Amino acid sequence: MPVEVRLPTLLRPAAGGTTTVTAEGSTIGEVLRNLVGAHPGLAGQVLTEKGALHRFVNVYVNDDDVRYLEQLETPVTDGDEISILPAVAGG
Amino acid sequence: MTVARSVLDLIGNTPMVDVSSLSPNPAVRILVKLEGQNPGGSVKDRIALSMVEAAEKEGLLHPGSILIEPTSGNTGIGLALVCRAKGYHLKVVLPENVSSERSQLLEIFGAEIIWSPGSEGSNGAVRMAQQVAADHPDWVFLYQYGNPANPRAHTEGTGPEIWQDCPEVTHFVAGLGTSGTLLGVGHYLKDRNPDVEVWAVEPPAGEMVDGLRNLDDGYIPPIFTDLGGPDLLDRKTIIGPRLSIEWTRKLAEIGIFAGLSTGAALAGAARCAESIETGVIVIVSADGGWKYLSSGAWTGDLDAAAEEAKKKIYF
Repeated sequence: MPVEVRLPTLLRPAAGGTTTVTAEGSTIGEVLRNLVGAHPGLAGQVLTEKGALHRFVNVYVNDDDVRYLEQLETPVTDGDEISILPAVAGG
Repeated sequence: MTVARSVLDLIGNTPMVDVSSLSPNPAVRILVKLEGQNPGGSVKDRIALSMVEAAEKEGLLHPGSILIEPTSGNTGIGLALVCRAKGYHLKVVLPENVSSERSQLLEIFGAEIIWSPGSEGSNGAVRMAQQVAADHPDWVFLYQYGNPANPRAHTEGTGPEIWQDCPEVTHFVAGLGTSGTLLGVGHYLKDRNPDVEVWAVEPPAGEMVDGLRNLDDGYIPPIFTDLGGPDLLDRKTIIGPRLSIEWTRKLAEIGIFAGLSTGAALAGAARCAESIETGVIVIVSADGGWKYLSSGAWTGDLDAAAEEAKKKIYF
């Protein structure tokens, strides 16, 4: 099932320059792997070589950080909004 | 009522108030701990005092010592207050896009402001402070993001206060900045009752992320990793400025004048309340509304106020 993934500014050049891209998958892991497959420039930026989430990347499904849901196994259903954001400081 | 010898003795022991009338689930109570009641006006007075006292114990501070700290405002204001009371000089690195009330309060308490680019957000302030501290090894860099005295202020203060006032707490919800409040209170409450859930609320990274040149400019506070933040948190959710302002306004309607991050925490609590059958949610109100009056958050059109908030750092 195709879902829309919102990219941060600094990852857009590697994905054709657009704000959102479409990728297939029924889990976050599948969506991200397919995303990197379609845009090889994103390799190593979103997922590490071992396939884990990049340390400084947060991925959200409908505003919830997937690290605190089921991580890469977090299910994705039709209409879900996925966004990728770099980790930044608050305080 | 006793008379305090110093304003610093008034830090902590803040009141908690029931705001369950705003809960979307009648079987879920929501309580707010009002950290705006601290003398410097925010929860950060606690960590300011805790970090300065820890540095004093280590012999790092002497009369007239100079301290440097990156801050989006509240930690700086708390530190400025503590430094004034104790006779130290404070320099803060502050992003340009904080509300004018924050910089004014810092100046009232005698802090010197070093401005960092607004487009780089708190990350930029942290980087600049690290550079300035490296250039001035005689200055004391407390570094709230990596100082264990930050979460300790909450393990020894905020957490026990919440437990004393509300041992029936089932969920704790607070904003994620340095992560000190969430870690300190979270660890304390889970030690008392492992079933307590800890939810973090964060603002959307928004425009400040546009200033990042590459992912490795990203930043995770060292205390978050060192103190097991990823294992401690049960949920982390983004609340945008519009929703934050909506809930800040709802609080005002019941007579509670709180800052915008309190609205975000309350919106997170509402999301939590909708997802559980029954429970008692405690949230931290990091500060009062005073420093945000210039943002127009309570007056006028909600969309315009939300647009204005997007340009500012309010956590």
